[in-house]
Amino acid sequence: MDGHAPHGSNYRYVARKRRTKEDKRFITGRGRYVADVSVPGMKHVAVIASPHAAARIAAIRTAKALAVPGVVAVVTGADIVAATNPMQHGLDIPGVRWYALAVDRARYAGEWVAAVVADSRYVAEDAAELIEVDYEPLPFVIDPEAAFQPGSPPVHPDHKSNVLFQRRFVYGDVDGDFRRADHTLSFRVRWGRSSTVPIETFGVLARWDEGRDVLDVWASIQMPKFHDQLAGCLRLGGNNVRVHYDVDVGGSYGTKRGIAHSVLVGFLARKLRTPVRFIEDRLEYMAGGGAHGPDRIFDMEVAFNRDGRVLSHRMRALDDVGCYPGRSPLQLGKPIGAIVGPYKIGSCAYEAISVTTNKTSQVAVRGFGQAPTNVAIETAMDRVAGFLGIDRLEVRRRNFIAKGEFPYLIPSGTTYDSGDYPTVLDKTVALSRWPELLAKRDALRAEGRLAGIGIATCLEPSGGNSAFEPLFNPLNDTTTWMESCQIKIDLGGTITAIIATSTSGQGHETLVATVIGEELERDPDTIRVVHSDSLGAFPSNSPVGSRMAIMLGGAASGAARQIRASLTRIAAHNFNVPEDRLEYESGAITNRNNTAQKLAWDDLVRIAHRKYHLMPPGSEPGLQATYCWEVPTGGKMPTPDGRVQMYPCFSFEAHVPLVAIDPASGKVDILAYFVGHDCGTVISPDIVRGITCGGIAHGIGAALYEKFEYDANGQLLAGTFADYLMPSAHEVPAIAVTEHCTPSPHTPMGQKGSGEAGYLGAPAAIASAVNDALAPLGLAITTLPMRLKDIEALLAAKSGPKP
Amino acid sequence: MTDRRDIRLTINGRVHAACAAPRMTLVDFIRDELGLTGTHIGCEHGVCGACSVIFDGKPIRSCLMFAVQADGHAITTVEGLEGADGTLSPLQDSFWEAHAMQCGYCTPGMLIAAHALLAENLDPTEDDIREAISGNLCRCTGYQQIVEAVVHAARRRKGG
Repeated sequence: MDGHAPHGSNYRYVARKRRTKEDKRFITGRGRYVADVSVPGMKHVAVIASPHAAARIAAIRTAKALAVPGVVAVVTGADIVAATNPMQHGLDIPGVRWYALAVDRARYAGEWVAAVVADSRYVAEDAAELIEVDYEPLPFVIDPEAAFQPGSPPVHPDHKSNVLFQRRFVYGDVDGDFRRADHTLSFRVRWGRSSTVPIETFGVLARWDEGRDVLDVWASIQMPKFHDQLAGCLRLGGNNVRVHYDVDVGGSYGTKRGIAHSVLVGFLARKLRTPVRFIEDRLEYMAGGGAHGPDRIFDMEVAFNRDGRVLSHRMRALDDVGCYPGRSPLQLGKPIGAIVGPYKIGSCAYEAISVTTNKTSQVAVRGFGQAPTNVAIETAMDRVAGFLGIDRLEVRRRNFIAKGEFPYLIPSGTTYDSGDYPTVLDKTVALSRWPELLAKRDALRAEGRLAGIGIATCLEPSGGNSAFEPLFNPLNDTTTWMESCQIKIDLGGTITAIIATSTSGQGHETLVATVIGEELERDPDTIRVVHSDSLGAFPSNSPVGSRMAIMLGGAASGAARQIRASLTRIAAHNFNVPEDRLEYESGAITNRNNTAQKLAWDDLVRIAHRKYHLMPPGSEPGLQATYCWEVPTGGKMPTPDGRVQMYPCFSFEAHVPLVAIDPASGKVDILAYFVGHDCGTVISPDIVRGITCGGIAHGIGAALYEKFEYDANGQLLAGTFADYLMPSAHEVPAIAVTEHCTPSPHTPMGQKGSGEAGYLGAPAAIASAVNDALAPLGLAITTLPMRLKDIEALLAAKSGPKP
Repeated sequence: MTDRRDIRLTINGRVHAACAAPRMTLVDFIRDELGLTGTHIGCEHGVCGACSVIFDGKPIRSCLMFAVQADGHAITTVEGLEGADGTLSPLQDSFWEAHAMQCGYCTPGMLIAAHALLAENLDPTEDDIREAISGNLCRCTGYQQIVEAVVHAARRRKGG
């Protein structure tokens, strides 16, 4: 898009504190989530789940369940496989067939085997308990390294092994750099199986409209191309499915992708000719819903010189995607676009391995694989600093890409758009009152406590190209990743914008209203933003990859600029002067050379709607615009050796937490947290700060508490909030944020993405702090989450048996 | 579910006479029978706090109680926090001002927890606020702006 608006503080509405458009309905209890949508005649679903990690399903007897008063139907995998197409994967793996219910074989404990439809959820659960399933247990595999071995029990026997993807990318002269380096070191980082775990589970309601041949769907969804895939699985045309995007989504952070649930409910609604709703309960979400995050082992080698400059790294990432991978293996692909972090590392090798195991499936999680990768990169920087005895801040400063070096091409083929990493780190260090922070840590140590300061300087790739799709799947040549916005001005002069996606807390209505208000110089509070449905919508790829400030904001700018151009043409025609003589001010247009010639906003709108005799000949009547744009830097296929422009814009964050560890219990307390953040032009400051703090809280959880633990029998041990521990207001400290603005050259207002902010650096920062605290004891821990019991065990092993 | 009991309870100042199955949870009753969908369900095992309501003056988890147990009691839900004319309470307004939410799903429970705190503590410290909301999980905000909103609401009340 050309015609960049000026950057900085010249904005009326952008970058200024304003109340959001969404919050009023939430504080008054008037949000409309999927469980709040009710249609007459609606029936309810309960599912039964496999108790086995792997088992052949020999028989399912449903007669007792069907006899319960109020039960409408019981369906199994056989019904599903007869009437629906398998769901899609990101990889080319035809041997891995994925249906909404298990077909003949259950592949993880918690997999849904049958579904009951009844008048109420209570009755459906009663009946579900009466379904009898004969299981014949089969060998299974839980550990990803075991799954990687040839001969491990096959999760999907029709796939040749449990390895779904394996490729080693070599970018530059890695072996030469390792030979030339003064030093090398190696280590392993383990990222535990956690996820975003929204407070709202996934839910979906479907109604088959017999008279119109339309399946109406209300869902708690955040998923690219959801309606296309749903229609395909249900063997319907795309225009036979209407997904309503005006449903508030109660948190997602990537994971609300209940395609299996939606296929099930869509199938049932059509088959039974009655509306059907399925709202997961908490255990169904945790154990069955397929919403786990990356579960990754990194083996890292780093080559560096004695001055602390890192020349190269070799990274091997083995990721356990669980049973049905969907798009999740692609989460190994996105980090290729920031594989050297914010550093001038001249070469690298990256081996990505995706294995399937008998666990609940992995799904897209905030950052799409970047947060774990950032832990590996940042651990490397800390290790280099420790090895050489150089300050950790200094090592980073010596390796940072300098402000003047952008646009900067990294070895894997991605060009970073802009940044000023040293300044953001300096601002963060200043915010933390570094000398005082060090003194505080050292005072704690002098008292006999373990205390540490963490440092992490991490990238947030944003904008969401799909370049990992063609990179990981030769059958997929998708390079389009667009977003749309429509604007219409009604006869009364009010502005309505139409967007083509649902929202899960990112404040898209506020974003779009603010951007359009800025472009047209109209008060955003008077602009209405409507969530379309999939039949009325123009193309969207949904809010993934920190892309909406960039892509939806850019689409809103584009549409608004078309409106402004239309207004300008009308005025020029009526004043009979060239357009460059006109002055646009708050929606009114004046002839600069003759200020008596002025048309107010309302006048211009009335001409457009009612006075065709005053319109430029050949004009489109009315005042409306549609803008659909391709992601900047998109539209390119990877090179044969795997180089690719992964994302367009690169936000940056520097984290500095102070932690103290109780030497007796291993409990980690976060005493202070400072973060510097640069996502270019901030459109809505309150929203960006909130997401950043929330991302940090989520990162604290991933670093210290949250894990979907399985036992040796493949049973999930963390199915409730009593076992899967998420940070409360006690565990998350006050967070001090400083913003910096390095505009992106690719976007209309210089904005970059911020949807994954905080989370991309916090796990690395907490890990760094814990290790700084343990360093005086000569201890280190590189397995996340670093739970109380893990640290306690480490400390106990060091001190020997207690007397 | 055939066995249903008559119950009378006061919700947001209005007396409701209704019929509920003994096993129906209070939160399902509030949402499905009364249509007050502002109270949300997050875990159904009493940890997340999304279903919090004020029960005879105290915040409780409405997922951990049966509707029939509420017979004869008074309940305030998020819908009851605003004035009769729709005027936002100072606490609600402070949540908006501070943008103390993102997806809004935990917000009704957070408002209930904060409302209960402010009802008994005129001048809460930040620690008091964190303690009061520590039984309510929020996955979006990291609690920062929620704490700020409650501080703001308390300060407003003191100031006027």
